[in-house]
Amino acid sequence: MNWSWMLPETVSTYGPAIDQMYYIILVITGVVFFLTEGLLIAFLVRYRHKEGRKAAYIHGSTKAEVIWTLTPFLIVMSIALASKSSWDLVKNPANFPADAMQVVVTAKQYEWNVTYAGADGRIGTADDFTSRNQLHVPVNKVVTVNLRSEDVIHSFFLPDFRLKQDAVPGKEISVWFEATRTGEFTLGCAELCGLGHYRMKGTVFVHTDADFQSWAASRAEEEQQ
Amino acid sequence: MNHSATAVMDNRHPMPGMQVYNLKLGMWIFLLSEVMFFTSLIGSYIILRFAHPEHWTQPGVILNVPLTAVNTFLLICSSVTMVKAFVAIEQGDQKGLKLWLLATILIGASFVGIQVVEYTKLIHEGFVPSFSAYAAEGGNLYGATFYLMTGFHGAHVTIGVLCLIFVLFRAMKGAYTAESYGGVEIIGLYWHFVDLVWIILFTIVYLL
Amino acid sequence: MSTAQLVSSLEGEDRSQPGYAGEGQHDISFIRKYIFSTDHKTIGKQFLFLSLFFLVVGGALAGLMRWQLGFPGQPLPGGGVLPDTMAPGGIILPEFYNSLVTMHGTIMVFFAIMPLLVGVFGNLLIPLQIGAPDMAFPKLNMMSFWLAVPAGAVMLASFFVEGGAAGAGWTSYAPLSTSGEWTGVYLGQQLWLASLIIMGFSSLTGAVNYITTVINMRAPGMTWFRIPLPTWSLFITAILILLAIPILTGGLIMLLFDQTIGTTFFIPAGSGEPLLWQHVFWFFGHPEVYILILPAMGIVSEVLACRARKPIFGYHAMVLAMIAIAFLGWIVWGHHMFQSGMNPMLGTTFMISTVVIAVPSAIKTFNWLGTLWRGDIHFDTPMLHALSFVSMFIIGGLSGIFMASAPVDMYFHDTYFIVAHIHYVLFGGSLFGIFAGITFWFPKMFGRMMGEGLGKIHFGLTFIFYNMVFFPMHNLGVQGMMRRIYDPNEYEFLRPLQEMNTFISISVFLLVTTQFLFAFNFFWSMFKGRRAPANPWNSNTLEWTVPSPPAHGNFAVMPTVYRGPYEYSSPEVDADFYPQDQPPPGVGSGGHTASGPEPVPGA
Repeated sequence: MNWSWMLPETVSTYGPAIDQMYYIILVITGVVFFLTEGLLIAFLVRYRHKEGRKAAYIHGSTKAEVIWTLTPFLIVMSIALASKSSWDLVKNPANFPADAMQVVVTAKQYEWNVTYAGADGRIGTADDFTSRNQLHVPVNKVVTVNLRSEDVIHSFFLPDFRLKQDAVPGKEISVWFEATRTGEFTLGCAELCGLGHYRMKGTVFVHTDADFQSWAASRAEEEQQ
Repeated sequence: MNHSATAVMDNRHPMPGMQVYNLKLGMWIFLLSEVMFFTSLIGSYIILRFAHPEHWTQPGVILNVPLTAVNTFLLICSSVTMVKAFVAIEQGDQKGLKLWLLATILIGASFVGIQVVEYTKLIHEGFVPSFSAYAAEGGNLYGATFYLMTGFHGAHVTIGVLCLIFVLFRAMKGAYTAESYGGVEIIGLYWHFVDLVWIILFTIVYLL
Repeated sequence: MSTAQLVSSLEGEDRSQPGYAGEGQHDISFIRKYIFSTDHKTIGKQFLFLSLFFLVVGGALAGLMRWQLGFPGQPLPGGGVLPDTMAPGGIILPEFYNSLVTMHGTIMVFFAIMPLLVGVFGNLLIPLQIGAPDMAFPKLNMMSFWLAVPAGAVMLASFFVEGGAAGAGWTSYAPLSTSGEWTGVYLGQQLWLASLIIMGFSSLTGAVNYITTVINMRAPGMTWFRIPLPTWSLFITAILILLAIPILTGGLIMLLFDQTIGTTFFIPAGSGEPLLWQHVFWFFGHPEVYILILPAMGIVSEVLACRARKPIFGYHAMVLAMIAIAFLGWIVWGHHMFQSGMNPMLGTTFMISTVVIAVPSAIKTFNWLGTLWRGDIHFDTPMLHALSFVSMFIIGGLSGIFMASAPVDMYFHDTYFIVAHIHYVLFGGSLFGIFAGITFWFPKMFGRMMGEGLGKIHFGLTFIFYNMVFFPMHNLGVQGMMRRIYDPNEYEFLRPLQEMNTFISISVFLLVTTQFLFAFNFFWSMFKGRRAPANPWNSNTLEWTVPSPPAHGNFAVMPTVYRGPYEYSSPEVDADFYPQDQPPPGVGSGGHTASGPEPVPGA
């Protein structure tokens, strides 16, 4: 069986920071897991019933309560505060990197439609071109995805980029990513969206800049015909 | 109160330490859940209205504010008559109890009646929960939230009137005395609550 | 006028109610005794049978789901037993799979775990543990059960209507759930809503009853901090139900109107707000999570202290932690919506409130460990279940921290990691707590002991198979497998996980099969088990001072409470337990006298 606690390789610029957060939590929870379960088993063995034994008459300890209230509080609070920066970086539009390539991704049952700006660099003009279930982007370039939905809620999930964002009908929600290497990666739907939910998938093609330009040119030309 | 350990237990009698009798406490607790129910409706209304102000008109354009103001006044009066009924039975005044209960029932029923007239008129004018002539995208959040909130309030008044009729029926059989008027007290609590909700609804649905 | 007079005057509402212990078991018809009973113990048992039935249904739905995931596209063993609208030729259809996902979640949450914890133990334990003859409103209590029955019937009926059962997930996200146009489910979706609205009334009447009973009906000396922890947990749970269920009901009604009369509360095409549904649902939903775990925590605290023969460690901390959870539970709902498109600033706020609520859970866990420390641990079946609650709840709690971190949640949201997490809490936590409770109080309910040998075998196998099912799901999540997908092989990167999915599915079948041992033990013990004494576990709380099963009216004389519920191994007495109603030395057994410790009711 494919048993692994390691996340798959990440190919976005912010992926490593998120992965690091995951591994930190994994280590902390792992240590707590072994300590508490170990203690539990030790107590069960050490204090199992024996004839003539009477349990200690202890009602508790304020000192212990204070310690095991404050320690978990400090640990989880640190985790939350340490998580804040990656969260703000990815999801808060105020922090998005400037000079991004804009695409519009419109979800509908059960496909992803991507709209690219044509030569004028603006979306919503006549020279726009599209692709279905394929998202083509250049490597090492910030891409801002403006998510829309035509019908129900879908969720734009790029596992290799560590990015997930619901596409909500009636709203446009922006997220961004920057690919760190070329290749083909999965685009999935992570929110139940109907009977075809399981097959609502696409592919992200990360090209070199030159390859992307030539793909865009040929695609734009195809569409003009 | 005296208790001995040999006292026969009976859940009709208060246990030691009981400060409020069961039915009254139960009604207060039930009203807390009612508060949360109306909170969910009113909260949704606020969110929808802030998100889509274009669905709403100025107060008084569609809804008949003067008529409803009269209706609001009626409902407040019914709270007063309810208190009168309670005070009457506290003093053992059977006739007063029946009279004031009847008054409360009649006013409550008139409130519902006026609401039905209002609904009929609005629906004839085309103000329905599902479609709007003035919001471009279709859908009518104004109508939907209006009927949702006032409709559930109206249902509460109707249930209150039915309960009051039941209480009046029992009062006619002499079920309540100056020592024993729990049924009158708890329906009174419910009635005042429904009245209070209306004052909030009237303000936010009709006046703002 | 005194309160006593006022209350006795209310008898007109309740004249037929047989309320006296002194009256004993008088002749009441079979129907009044077993069907439309107002006795809290009978109603508790009725809830037990009803919710165990739904547990079986929910388990069967899970089995069907796992068949598709373990052996995608292969016909079910037994072939075409199911109608063609569900599984033609035994092959499960995607739309039926969505119904399975939805109905498994809905039935387990609303018709199995919630009534098992609240309906069964709330009814059985609250009056007995506080020394009351019955609930404050016995007829309302009967109504609570008889509302749950039609609610369940409507839910089950929805499988057999045109279009099948609801298929928009147990969270029923709008706009998917608003129209058959999107799901292919029309009437089924509406029956789902109707059923939950009725079930809400059932829960609500129960909650009003429990809260009133605990506040008003405690025996002399049963002060707030002498109340046993199961009753404390059920009291707090009842408050959460009281305040959370009406919120859901409001949302369900709006959704029903969107489906039927053309309103657009949640439909963006009519300017409605899909996220409003999520806010309403999770504002109810997060308190609901604690409704589903707090009573199990109470049960486990009781069993641990009793079977370790040691006072619960930090009784006050245990109560305060539950109260803290009940407060904080209202301000964390947004962590279900990190990736929903909600304002990212809110995400940060909810992330912080969410990690704070982990603290009271940690406090409880450490106190359970503290209870075991230097105890005298008896490994009976209820204790084994309670211990596995603690160890599994640790895992469920720790795995929650991953999702509490909003950026990490970006990867884990809606993957099998969350499926593993919720099952470690709801199965590893709640259901093991329920097993602990059923095996512990079985003698009190049915007057007979449950078979210990079979009980231990059932425990052992359940524990092993349970972990074989749910632990690997963490790994599916780590490798990115989304939840609620009919066939993961559609995605190339998930194909290597098929082996693990098959392993999980086989483990599910073993887990389900193991439960027949429990069912057999349950029914066999009910009729053939060893007769139970009044207090088989040498426990301190009041329910063990009366015969098993207790008579109608519970206590022949009103008990007086002299101490807290967990005075085990007290140096004051030779025995290792010291019942709550046992008078201290020097006090006659004839009730409290002037020289006795004067109980402080309501203090």
